[in-house]
Amino acid sequence: MRRKYLTTLRIIHAGIVNFIRNVSLALAAIAVMVVTLTIILFSVIANATFTNTINQITNKIDVSVFLKDNVTAPQLNQLMSQIKKLPNVKSAQYLSKDQVLKDYTRQNAGNQSLLQAVSEANNPLPATIHIKPVDLNKIGDIKTFLDKPQVKALQSDEASYSGDRKEAIDKITHATNVLREVGVIAVGVFAVISALIIFNTIQMAIFNRRDEITIERLLGASTWFIRGPFVVESIIYGILSAVISILIMNSLFLASSSALQASSLGLLDINYASSYFSAHYWLLLTVQLAVGILIGAASSVIATRRYLKFKTK
Amino acid sequence: MILLDRVTKTYNKADSPSLDRLSLHVEPKEFVIVVGQSGAGKTTLLRLLTREERPSQGKIIVGGVDYDKLKDKDIPLLRRKIGVVFQDFKLLPNKNVFENVAFALEIVGMGKREIQHTVPKVLDIVNLKGKEKNMPLQLSGGERQRVAIARAIVRQPKILIADEPTGNLDPKHAWDVIKVLEKINRYGTTVLLTTHNQEIVNKLKRRVVTMQHGKIVSDRANAEYHA
Repeated sequence: MRRKYLTTLRIIHAGIVNFIRNVSLALAAIAVMVVTLTIILFSVIANATFTNTINQITNKIDVSVFLKDNVTAPQLNQLMSQIKKLPNVKSAQYLSKDQVLKDYTRQNAGNQSLLQAVSEANNPLPATIHIKPVDLNKIGDIKTFLDKPQVKALQSDEASYSGDRKEAIDKITHATNVLREVGVIAVGVFAVISALIIFNTIQMAIFNRRDEITIERLLGASTWFIRGPFVVESIIYGILSAVISILIMNSLFLASSSALQASSLGLLDINYASSYFSAHYWLLLTVQLAVGILIGAASSVIATRRYLKFKTK
Repeated sequence: MILLDRVTKTYNKADSPSLDRLSLHVEPKEFVIVVGQSGAGKTTLLRLLTREERPSQGKIIVGGVDYDKLKDKDIPLLRRKIGVVFQDFKLLPNKNVFENVAFALEIVGMGKREIQHTVPKVLDIVNLKGKEKNMPLQLSGGERQRVAIARAIVRQPKILIADEPTGNLDPKHAWDVIKVLEKINRYGTTVLLTTHNQEIVNKLKRRVVTMQHGKIVSDRANAEYHA
């Protein structure tokens, strides 16, 4: 057990020494891995931000059903229970004429001319049912119900479907999906490029040390005693790249959040992105480290395989 | 200790075999000199013993290990039991004398304190006391070869294989190396030495195995050799 512990320490020490020796070779590998990890990080944050934006807008969308003044309480109760039973209805809220008036007065507190047009005695605003759908894309089901003649007969006006907002949401959803797909492809491409560059870097390091490896082999060094330092070296690339990538993102948020907000795509809520980054800082760092270590370790294990095989013929 | 039974090694089917149905038995604590012209198959024989190569046919058993049953993962363990000295020394160029010898112990996971205790003793045996901090390039050929011997014996192997260890040395340094090998043999290590050097063979008066075209053409005790 103690021998294994000592051997592990020696492998780590040799890996660090190799890294220092090969630092000029390592720069290219680290640079590409930083780009890869930054793209991953950006994709994760952008995805969370777009999802948040969509959720926020979706929550504001509803179907407003305007009722005639002569709708009786039993008719209202029956209508409400029918609406709530519809499969695509998340919630339904009834607002009486008085409540609608209060809301209207509050919303237009600064506009005297609008306020003068309405009063409790002369309230032209209809009682309203606000329906929140489960799925915006299936809003047609609700419309079909509301268009039934017996339901239509209770309505003072055409129901409002927040159509313009739905279009905006559709656009954001589409943009998010495109971004997600582009992100996945970009992450994949850069991950492969990083792995190949680390693979080449380690192969060059192996080539420079091929005589030493032969000697180590002949002296009875185990495969892991020889391979270990190369794996440690590339794990260091991964760790450094993850830290640099997080620092880049951190300084971007710190230094230019207002500039970004002004110039960004409009869709990207930089404040939310920044707070998401802060709230998930350690998780993101952990994921970045895990991805960096994985890419580094996997490519160095593959790179060393060919040189460490024993002759089989 | 070492047993080769009708071992054949062919690198290329079109060429004649480097070893041709070669059989050899070496007893524990023996000092055996393998002689022969270049291309006789001496180096192939040693490469088979260290399992750098596999035989095309035949059986090899060293120190009770049957190479047919040896798994890849156990090859390092086998090599730790065999000390090997090469004609070109094969020292690690970026490590000093002490570190080169210590490296053989680090591989097996020996602790620092034990290494500090063991290495000076071995350097004393090969007459390199005081040279611990020298780098390989600061040493003469003979000194480098003695570092290689120290590295080979520091784990106290039962077998020491020396492939032309005097090949790159002048006569004086060559004899220094041979004396060290004799000393190690007296401590009980089986030594298998390959050489071209007629003078060394004739002065040592040991068992001499002569190889030609991959075959053993003579195997005699206290023999002399005339190329």
